Amino acid sequence: MSEGWNDALRMRPGSPPTSGKQKRMAEDGKDDSVATDDDSDLTAADGSLNNTMVEEGSTLLRRMEICVAEAEKRSGKNAVSMQETFTVYLIETRPMDAVAEGRNPAPDSLWRRYSEFELLRNYLIVTYPYIVVPPLPEKRAEFVWHKLSADNMDPDFVERRRVGLENFLLRVASHPVLSNDKILYHFLTEEHGWKEVVYETGFQAKADSRLRALSATFRVRNPDKRFMEMKHYSDELQSHTSQLLRARARVADRLYGVYKVHGNYGRVFSEWSAIEKEMGDGLQSAGHHMDAYAASIDDILEEEEHYADQLKEYLSYAEALRAVCRKHELAQFELEMASQDLISKKQQREELATGIVRTFSFKGMTNKLFGQEAPEQREAKLKLLEELITEGEETVKEKTVECEEHVERAWVDMQRFKEQKDKDLREALINYAVMQISMCKKGIQVWSNAKECFLKM
Amino acid sequence: MSGQTVAADLSGHMLGLDEDEDLEVFTKNSSLADGSPMPNSPGSMVNQYRLEEDEEDQLGAYTKDIFVTVDNPESNVTAIETFIMYRVVTKTTRSEFDSSEYEVRRRYQDFLWLRSRLEENHPTLIVHPLPEKFVMKGMVERFNDDFIETRRKALHRFLNKISEHPILSYSQHFKVFLTAQDLVSQKKQGPGFLSRMGETVRAVANSVRGLRSRPEEFTVMQDYMENFSNKICSVDKVTQRIIKEQREYLDELKQYSPTYTQWAESEEELSQPLKAIASCVERCSKETEEQIHHLSEVLVPTLHEYVLCAETVKAVMRRRDNIQAEFEAKNEALVSRKVDQEALQEEVDGLADRVELANNALRGDWSRWQNGMRTDLRSAFISTAEKNVEHYEKDNAFIHSTAVSQTSFSVMRKSSMLLRSVWRLKM
Repeated sequence: MSEGWNDALRMRPGSPPTSGKQKRMAEDGKDDSVATDDDSDLTAADGSLNNTMVEEGSTLLRRMEICVAEAEKRSGKNAVSMQETFTVYLIETRPMDAVAEGRNPAPDSLWRRYSEFELLRNYLIVTYPYIVVPPLPEKRAEFVWHKLSADNMDPDFVERRRVGLENFLLRVASHPVLSNDKILYHFLTEEHGWKEVVYETGFQAKADSRLRALSATFRVRNPDKRFMEMKHYSDELQSHTSQLLRARARVADRLYGVYKVHGNYGRVFSEWSAIEKEMGDGLQSAGHHMDAYAASIDDILEEEEHYADQLKEYLSYAEALRAVCRKHELAQFELEMASQDLISKKQQREELATGIVRTFSFKGMTNKLFGQEAPEQREAKLKLLEELITEGEETVKEKTVECEEHVERAWVDMQRFKEQKDKDLREALINYAVMQISMCKKGIQVWSNAKECFLKM
Repeated sequence: MSGQTVAADLSGHMLGLDEDEDLEVFTKNSSLADGSPMPNSPGSMVNQYRLEEDEEDQLGAYTKDIFVTVDNPESNVTAIETFIMYRVVTKTTRSEFDSSEYEVRRRYQDFLWLRSRLEENHPTLIVHPLPEKFVMKGMVERFNDDFIETRRKALHRFLNKISEHPILSYSQHFKVFLTAQDLVSQKKQGPGFLSRMGETVRAVANSVRGLRSRPEEFTVMQDYMENFSNKICSVDKVTQRIIKEQREYLDELKQYSPTYTQWAESEEELSQPLKAIASCVERCSKETEEQIHHLSEVLVPTLHEYVLCAETVKAVMRRRDNIQAEFEAKNEALVSRKVDQEALQEEVDGLADRVELANNALRGDWSRWQNGMRTDLRSAFISTAEKNVEHYEKDNAFIHSTAVSQTSFSVMRKSSMLLRSVWRLKM
């Protein structure tokens, strides 16, 4: 169990509080129903642990410890009755108060596969279109370099996915809005029948229409400028992170080559030392250090994959951000359409009522040519129009509220996201620099040792 | 050593009687490890200093009294051809030289001439190889600056190796090479082309005939040289491969840092750390370029030289074998034939002497060469290791000062470590 926690912490030390010492990291330092302990120093010592972790009310994560502890292979029959192998992940939960009181109860647990996580996320996206929903770890291995496997069943890939899934749950469960969702709670606590519950919400229909709407092209007259800027930013973020990831993978590949070739020195020095008398020992031991140098790159690059994973998370986040902006465009567009429709209906009513044709219409033409219709028909038409206008006014009201609510709520979450992103990525970059330093230190050591050996030659 | 007068002009195969004296001095000096590396490169200067520190007592007897440098390559254009002339400057206190300073201009052909003369006169001494006539792989033109510089350095090393050799440095040809303003007329003297041809034919004939019994020590030497040759070639190849990989790595690094810079443009808070990483990557690129340069300038030339050396030593051993073969052939003839015994006897005796002298010369030069090889390779490897340490140290320092010197970072580190340790307690 500790593995999962340590990995998650290692991966994003600054992200949602994970150790069960959830606190309001607000500047006022108020502390609700959470146990105190030694790392209360954290908030006191440095006010820079900022407000991204402020949770209004109590989020799920405050009441419950969550982790994705293990991964296992399973075999079974899939939807088309074909035998398949897949991986399931163990989700463990424990009530926070029990933990805080020092009791150590056994965690509740259930198994979920990646597709169920996907289902949960799709549900959340549809249900909370104004939230930048945390992304899942990648479906397929991307930005793969030479040695890294693109195979979904590869143990390293599975392990990194496990960490990513845990991270997803922690982010969702500490989100001020998402964490209150019932379906999320079921996901974490009810192994069987969860899928049926999700489908019963009818979200699938919404999901399909949303997908259609978002991929359509439409022209919005008055989108909120801030959202347009945000959308533009999300495109930039996506483009920059993917370029960076691609370049990084190529650098990793080449660096791997450089280190591994040094292994050949190891082999040759060893063989050479066999024919030398005075130089033999020096060459032999230098060869060992060359072998060590060549071997060291594996750990170095494995650690760098964590950095890549952090960037990949924000690559996916960029998409989620873009979706929120698109949703705004859609809502605004629908509002504009509804308003437009209402206006034209009102115009039609005016025409019918006064007989004055303001704008050209085919009906108007034919009326002129063939005479106007009978009063009873006109009455009927007017009545219908009135009904439609009333409906239309309702629609416009609804759409206006929808749009305004979306703007308001989305803006709040986008701000929250921005702060979280700045903090997380800043830390990721610094940790990357630390990794490079660690690599330098290893290099210094190996070559200093090799030099000592050469001196003995 | 400087007090000795050595008969330097040893033409043909007749090694003079004072050879014994030479050899005595020679063997005395062979343990002095005077195969000092080229004074030019800083690395070897440091090592020379180190060497001198360690072996001061032993080196006491040997003082260098002739200093040669090769520099200032200049293009010479004539109607027929274009070639490079190098300046060769000699400073010496030796009494055989009329003056204490000489400056001449020499081309690669002249160096070839000198070396072939030295080999002819001392067939079983190990004469340091020259850089290759033509460039392999055809990737570099003859008059490319890098190529000229590489060649110049190798020519400089060649003359220094000769000048440090206890026998070769007293060769008349060497003196002529260093001093004569007009080398062309000097070249015309000495055994002509035809006699040299005759030598080759005899050598080939003898090698075909085969050797009766090679002394054990020379068989050991030959086996060692075979292996050494293989190993040094392998090390050379590995090094070339490393350079290739480093170059490709460098190419990717150059593409990598702009991705951070570009991203920084669309960020506010993150702009600073992104730019910091960009500059770290750029710095790493620069350092890697220097690493590649060092490998190409220091390690590769030395390895390459010893690849050629290995071939030289193998050739020396073949010549020694031929000398022995010739003696054996004549000796056999003496034993079988009954006529002309007296005349033949004299010849056979002469050849027997020759064999002995050849063996002694090689024996002596062999240990000298081994020490020189050890010193040279050792210093090249040390220099490479030092350069790599320097590379990582510079990188380390730069990353520290640029990307990591932020107080908020250290607090975050502390917090994450605390969280981690709290968890461990729980488990």
